[in-house]
Amino acid sequence: MNFEHLIPILVSTVAAATPLIYAALGELVTERAGVLNLGVEGMMLVGAVAAFAAGIASGSLVLAFVAGMLAATAVSLLFAFLTLSLQTNQVATGLALTLFGVGLSAFIGRGYAGMPIERVPRLDIPGISDLPVIGPLLLNYDALVYLSIALYFALSWFLNHSRAGLRLRATGESPTVAHAIGEPVIAIRYLAVMFGGAMAGIAGAYLSTALTPMWVEGMSAGRGWIALALVVFATWKPLRVMLGAYLFGGVTVMQLYAQGFGVDVPSEFLSMLPYAATIVVLVIICRDPKTILLNQPASLGKSFHPDA
Amino acid sequence: MAVRPARKLNERPAPMTPDPAAPGPAPRLQLRGITKRYPAVVANDHIDLTVGLGEIHALLGENGAGKSTLMKIVYGVTRPDEGVIVWEGRAVAIASPAEARKLGIGMVFQHFSLFETLTVAENIALAMDDKIKPALLVPRIREVSEKYGLPVDPDRLTHSMSVGERQRVEIVRCLLQSPRLLIMDEPTSVLTPQAVLKLFETLRRLSREGVSILYISHKLDEIRALCDTATVLRGGRLSGTAVPRDESNASLARLMVGSDLTACQLLPREPGEIELELINLSLTTRDPFGTQLRDLNLRVREGEIVGIAGVSGNGQKELLAALSGETLSDSAGMVRLCGQPAGRLDPAQRRGLGLGFVPEERLGRGAVPSMSLADNALLTGAASSSGTDMVRHGLLRKRATRAFARATIARFKVKCGSELSAASSLSGGNLQKFIVGREVRLAPKVMVVAQPTWGVDVGAALLIRQALIDLRDQGVALLVISEELDELFMICDRIAVINQGRLSPTLPSAELSIEQIGVLMAASHADETVTGEPVDVAV
Amino acid sequence: MSLSSQVLQALWPFRLEQRPVPSSLMRLASPLIAATAMALTGLIVFLILGEDPMTAFQVFFLKPLSTTYDLGELGLKATPLMLCALGLALGFRANVWNIGAEGQLTLGAIAGSGIALFWGEALGSLALPVMMIAGMLGGMAWAAIPAFLRSRFHTNEILVSLMLVYIAQQLLGYLVHGPWRDPDGNNFPQSKVFVENAILPMLVEGTRVTVAFIIGLLLAVASWVFSTQTFAGYRMLVAGLAPAAAAYAGFSERRNIWLALLIGGGMAGLAGISEVAGPIGLLQPVVSPGYGFAAIIVAFVGRLHPFGIVLASLLMSLLYLGGEAAQIDLQLPSSITGLFQGSLLFYLLAADLFITFRLRRVRRESRAVASAAS
Repeated sequence: MNFEHLIPILVSTVAAATPLIYAALGELVTERAGVLNLGVEGMMLVGAVAAFAAGIASGSLVLAFVAGMLAATAVSLLFAFLTLSLQTNQVATGLALTLFGVGLSAFIGRGYAGMPIERVPRLDIPGISDLPVIGPLLLNYDALVYLSIALYFALSWFLNHSRAGLRLRATGESPTVAHAIGEPVIAIRYLAVMFGGAMAGIAGAYLSTALTPMWVEGMSAGRGWIALALVVFATWKPLRVMLGAYLFGGVTVMQLYAQGFGVDVPSEFLSMLPYAATIVVLVIICRDPKTILLNQPASLGKSFHPDA
Repeated sequence: MAVRPARKLNERPAPMTPDPAAPGPAPRLQLRGITKRYPAVVANDHIDLTVGLGEIHALLGENGAGKSTLMKIVYGVTRPDEGVIVWEGRAVAIASPAEARKLGIGMVFQHFSLFETLTVAENIALAMDDKIKPALLVPRIREVSEKYGLPVDPDRLTHSMSVGERQRVEIVRCLLQSPRLLIMDEPTSVLTPQAVLKLFETLRRLSREGVSILYISHKLDEIRALCDTATVLRGGRLSGTAVPRDESNASLARLMVGSDLTACQLLPREPGEIELELINLSLTTRDPFGTQLRDLNLRVREGEIVGIAGVSGNGQKELLAALSGETLSDSAGMVRLCGQPAGRLDPAQRRGLGLGFVPEERLGRGAVPSMSLADNALLTGAASSSGTDMVRHGLLRKRATRAFARATIARFKVKCGSELSAASSLSGGNLQKFIVGREVRLAPKVMVVAQPTWGVDVGAALLIRQALIDLRDQGVALLVISEELDELFMICDRIAVINQGRLSPTLPSAELSIEQIGVLMAASHADETVTGEPVDVAV
Repeated sequence: MSLSSQVLQALWPFRLEQRPVPSSLMRLASPLIAATAMALTGLIVFLILGEDPMTAFQVFFLKPLSTTYDLGELGLKATPLMLCALGLALGFRANVWNIGAEGQLTLGAIAGSGIALFWGEALGSLALPVMMIAGMLGGMAWAAIPAFLRSRFHTNEILVSLMLVYIAQQLLGYLVHGPWRDPDGNNFPQSKVFVENAILPMLVEGTRVTVAFIIGLLLAVASWVFSTQTFAGYRMLVAGLAPAAAAYAGFSERRNIWLALLIGGGMAGLAGISEVAGPIGLLQPVVSPGYGFAAIIVAFVGRLHPFGIVLASLLMSLLYLGGEAAQIDLQLPSSITGLFQGSLLFYLLAADLFITFRLRRVRRESRAVASAAS
């Protein structure tokens, strides 16, 4: 295998990683505020179908992504209302959101199965994108790929260097203390959940308009859950989310190329790889409980009632 | 001696609206008829209170009297149902801590007001209302901390700091805002006796500079030493005001409790066999914020109460877990119970050997909040060696369990609906009576008790202490871990001090002074060598 | 007060307040409130779809109950839901979040089918009991993976059990496409049809409901006895309600995790083999339309209580049948079932809150203080 062969693999790795990046960075912000939203899979599906429907109806990819974001944010608001205003159990409500999202997206998407949609175009900078190696490897992706990297930088700055990020982290560490010094804990958490929803919406929209430009029921195929695992794997740090997402993108792509390289394993076993890899990675990172204790937002998953 | 009705000190009625023509400056803070109701209780019932300029004003009352609620109202954390807050002559509504700070009110909380994973500077920046980057705050933090003798390192992570250091951070945080009223909520509960004196110096200095201080406490000696005036609450109501210097502990206690305090009697008694023994117990913790235990040696004999004093966060939590069996020791011989090596036994097995255990945390550890008292009796009753017969062949015997709970309720005067009431429906004092009662009635040979009367009203505290003394007189070996020195002196035969994960030798409490304990509490172990043999000064 | 919290308060001028005593009335009423709210949502959805709501309602909720055969179908679909939910509920109460029942069900189907396909004839009348046991063991083995990983490596059982669902489905796909495919099956990805003695007997002539339904009911009773009458059940309950209290009392966390997952996995495995040895009769790439996930909803709607779960599984089964009927009679999408199931759980979670809390309108503070001042 020479480098020529490697380029398409790397390029598809990046594409496969991009939805994971959006979903996991969104969930990371939600969790840093102390809220565990297990509904990522459901929000992604809602985002995917909304984007697809809007894309078909309007013919505009920009509108498709806006629709995906809005729809997923709307269902995340449902989760926020239940867990933050009504203080329902976050685990149960997150599961409910996923089950609801699976049902809702299948219902909305019933007429769209098998329809074609225009794929998100790749950037094509004349002269530069045609450069050998560097062109296809670095300068020939769609805009969302570059935006995901920009999102990473913006988020790293936000969390570590901005006052708003400090307030978000503080809320996730101890809502009681944050409340005592006068932070609007519930409002901060609402915003964090909605951000997670919007990002899951982009991730979903990317699935149905860029990665595989069509709508299939349940097309996220567990990516929402993998994104959740990525946040743990990343010990709640954006840089490690990026690394993890590219690693998983690679594993996903490997199964497609493995048979091409003459690996004689039934395709089903190759399809198991991303899921098995998720488990392995979780075990590695959770093995030492100190790693989790030191990094996990201390109030993660716990309800907060301002008067209690 | 002040008598009701309470208004005695500041007779002049404060103007409702700003009134520049009024003679003299208006008092800094006046509360009028403040009322706060919760579904189950009225926490504050028409409370009046006045704090003058530069005055150190005590808010005195026993646990559950409504002090904390009142302070949360002043600081804007909670909102009153009725009543008026007059700040420097002007009626105000304080809707949030930020508004309180804008007015010039600062508060040093008793618990949980710093973020563990943030640095000192980040913690302070968060609570500042003008948006300053943590890095830019550093010189100002240094300046204030030097001026008031409150050493803090702005770049340190909070979780690595002792409780006393954290309190300094909180005070510095308040002072950076140049407050005109500083609220201190039970500030000395986390300090060594020497540190208390230092704190008082700082507070007096602030008072001289014109800062008013509202000092919440239930410790009578401190209030008499520090405060100019006092407002006393009892059961959510105003019980009187006083000038503490002119009062005795007894007269203040009467205002606070409504009756005279009776003390426990500890009659001399010859202790028997060693029932609980720690031999070179060392433990590394899994908790990254925890304390490592180093070479602990201790013997507790039949018929004696040994107390362990210390500022919280010095290894008490870890020691308790090692005693109960929630954390297993590295070798079985490090903990010996009733003559048997028990270091590798789990809590149920240790209970089978005769261990009784009252944890610090009542709701959630000592009792399951949503379960009935009867079901909570089963929590430790099933594993006990005393043959309560609550479980047979793996099946529950609910009749026996309920009978046990009923008897416990009756003997320890637990106020509750019935044995079927949920644990969470009981007040702190009543729940503690039930938990102590449950453990006592399971007939332990060794009893470990953490913070027996923390947050408990005076009546319940008396009953609990007497129950522990009765147990001692029956020949049980007791170990009591408490942050209340007064309490340890009251009920213990011998006292040891835990500090930075090490345990001092035990000394007879009759031969100990508060100052000596204070020295042990603050000692640094940086270059100390380890002593191998258990030292029993008493025997 | 900050601007954001003012806006929040204007939008939501209520405050939650803990009830002095949890309301036992709400405990019973909340599933009914949730079901009613779901039915109302259904009416609105039917309206949006341009159907006459009353007709649609009749087709969806009443028609599936009209004949003996239909009632049999109700029991048939309720069986796997009931079995999975009983096991899951036990875990949820013990704070063990096994959400991979779908995978454990699949493994149960695989393990039991293995017996049926290779030793079905040889075992004779013993075939079914052995298959059932193999199915349970298969489900348990699959659930043992998250149990081992959580108790040994502190790995989150939610994510692990879920990942194992996808792996189980791939494994099943491999078997029916590969080694276990019926050689005379025209290349269809499915196994041979099970022999007669490896098929569960019908409960009522003319219906498809099998004895597994009765097994489910018996297990509901057993589950009730376990959680209310035994010390082992009490320990699991404490572990769920107050983990620190369980540690204090010396109830082993490891045992709690293993027990919860093994019981959950075993029951799901039983559901799996009951499906393939019942209405399906052979192994195929899809053995469940998401029963393992729907069972999560059943467990909650049933208050995590065994008898509640029996009722909830019947309600959920009705939603499946209603979806099918709506598809046949009204050409409505069957995915409407998923929508109803999801919203039912949302409504329930919201309604449940009022067991321990009540809503009170927030009085504006400034007004309260001002009126007191005047």
